[in-house]
Amino acid sequence: MQLDLASPRATPAPIRSNNKFKPSVFFHYLSLIVLSVIAIAPIFIMFLTSLKSQVLILSRKPVWFFMPTLSNYEYIIESQNFGRIVWNSVAVGLGTTILTLVAGGMAAYALARMKFPGRGIMAQTTLLIRMVPPAVLAVPIFGLWLGWGIEDGRIGLVVFYAALNLPFAVWLLIGFIQQIPVELEGAAIVDGAGPFQTFFLIIFPLMRSGFAVASIFVFRIAWNEFILALILTNRLTRTLPVAITLFLTEQGVEWGRAMAMGSAIVIPPLLITFLAARQIIAGMTAGAVKG
Amino acid sequence: MLKTLSDPRKYTAYIFLLPAIAILVIGLLVPLWNSFYLSFFDWDIGTPWESKEFIGLESYSRMIVDDDVYESVWVTLKYSFWLMLLEMIAGIALAFLLEKSIRGAAVFRTIFILPLMVSPVAVGLIWRYLFDARSGIINYYLEYIGEAIPFLQNVGFERQLWLASPDLALTSVIITDVWQWTPFILIIILAGLQALPSEIIEAARIDGANTLQTIFFIKLPMISTIILVTFLMRLIDVFRALEVIYILTFGGPGLSTQVLSLHIYKTAFTSQQLGYASTISMLLIAIMLILSVGVLFYQDPLRERTA
Repeated sequence: MQLDLASPRATPAPIRSNNKFKPSVFFHYLSLIVLSVIAIAPIFIMFLTSLKSQVLILSRKPVWFFMPTLSNYEYIIESQNFGRIVWNSVAVGLGTTILTLVAGGMAAYALARMKFPGRGIMAQTTLLIRMVPPAVLAVPIFGLWLGWGIEDGRIGLVVFYAALNLPFAVWLLIGFIQQIPVELEGAAIVDGAGPFQTFFLIIFPLMRSGFAVASIFVFRIAWNEFILALILTNRLTRTLPVAITLFLTEQGVEWGRAMAMGSAIVIPPLLITFLAARQIIAGMTAGAVKG
Repeated sequence: MLKTLSDPRKYTAYIFLLPAIAILVIGLLVPLWNSFYLSFFDWDIGTPWESKEFIGLESYSRMIVDDDVYESVWVTLKYSFWLMLLEMIAGIALAFLLEKSIRGAAVFRTIFILPLMVSPVAVGLIWRYLFDARSGIINYYLEYIGEAIPFLQNVGFERQLWLASPDLALTSVIITDVWQWTPFILIIILAGLQALPSEIIEAARIDGANTLQTIFFIKLPMISTIILVTFLMRLIDVFRALEVIYILTFGGPGLSTQVLSLHIYKTAFTSQQLGYASTISMLLIAIMLILSVGVLFYQDPLRERTA
């Protein structure tokens, strides 16, 4: 499948809507709607719960209609250094995205367009590295970071997230570079441009849509990641997913506040999904489906 | 055909690769090497790096007779078997459901990928509340339906201790994963189906194949490689993941939901044995390597995508 985002595969004309009732079409839609409810309901319940008081949350009978309260949000904003936590998440997310895309874009260009000894091995190693489990990294990272005496966990997170994301980014970007006509670079070289000028001035701008797709994935993974962030960050540098654990105590879960924090984590990726669903799907399928 | 520029200065390729290689070395290879190195040492959390003690293969011989490790491998196998089975069947079936071109297909597709976007921590939190024995809506509606149709009480339509009983806890984490990840299978299989040449499907129809025959004898065999790669990619992710289970059950009750990656985490940060955790890491890495070689066999990242 090609990664042409501008023109999705032309689909056959939709089933013609005439006034005759067709049971097969009806059941088709019915099943799709039921599945949509299953997909959305848990997320919806999180938002709903974040607007409830603890009494309503703990009632045995689920309450669907109630007077919403913002007290959970007020609490997390006022008493949990919320601004700093959000800033940590944004900084780590943006840092990871920029580092991954620049390094990944350059590597993808070399792998897609240049011939050099070790090219095949390099490409395969990139793929292989995808399998490293974060739990395996957590142990040595904890030791190393202590040993290096670096207090600010955010720098560590950016490096480790970039490393974990690079294989996927490189892989995705290779596909985009392969679609850029090679003649463009030929012309630039004839005009006397060096390889770096060619890449940063000609190719880099043409990879915009590739970067857009890759950044959605990279940012989201950095934004959502929990285990490494839990180990590396401290009271001042913790990110949103780590902050949720503040509400999971031995005495029980402070559901309302945890759900409010959960909503804060979930809303940005959901918004991006509504804006760029097609690009996300293209990025997801690029790995497995190739023409 | 590979389009390659003939640049006389061959070293430029390595300069382009340098930043990525540097990040991978610092962020992955050095930690991995340290993990391997540490697996021959005894090192407790909170003590300085220098105080670790070389114990050779002792951790490995300890691991071989460690029932908890076997238990967590067994849990991982049960967990991955059921969720892969359910997700593959549901994902492929749904792909055929969505393949038919209907009005609003794009809207449904967007809705179906929403669970994939939710942070694992939030997924764990949401489902912990849904499965809550007292105020979770799953128990409420199970009881409600059970009371309305008493016959159904015999098949479990009553309040259950979802996260507190060993069998149900594993079922709960499987249900949660199926909810989040079935869309992943769906989206990839759907793309595979849509990339099939329509002439062949058309030819089969003209030859008199009905819908089921077309699906089982034409379409499924044609996307078998995609199904296999999707399966392996998903399996690798399942073996890596621990975040949802961390929030949902933290491996409990007992060891009933303690998958291998969570076991490594808890050995390191709950039992505070970093050396032994590294040894168990090597077991997980070995399993992952075998799975990844399977993926590599079917995928060449440098293969030209044909338009």
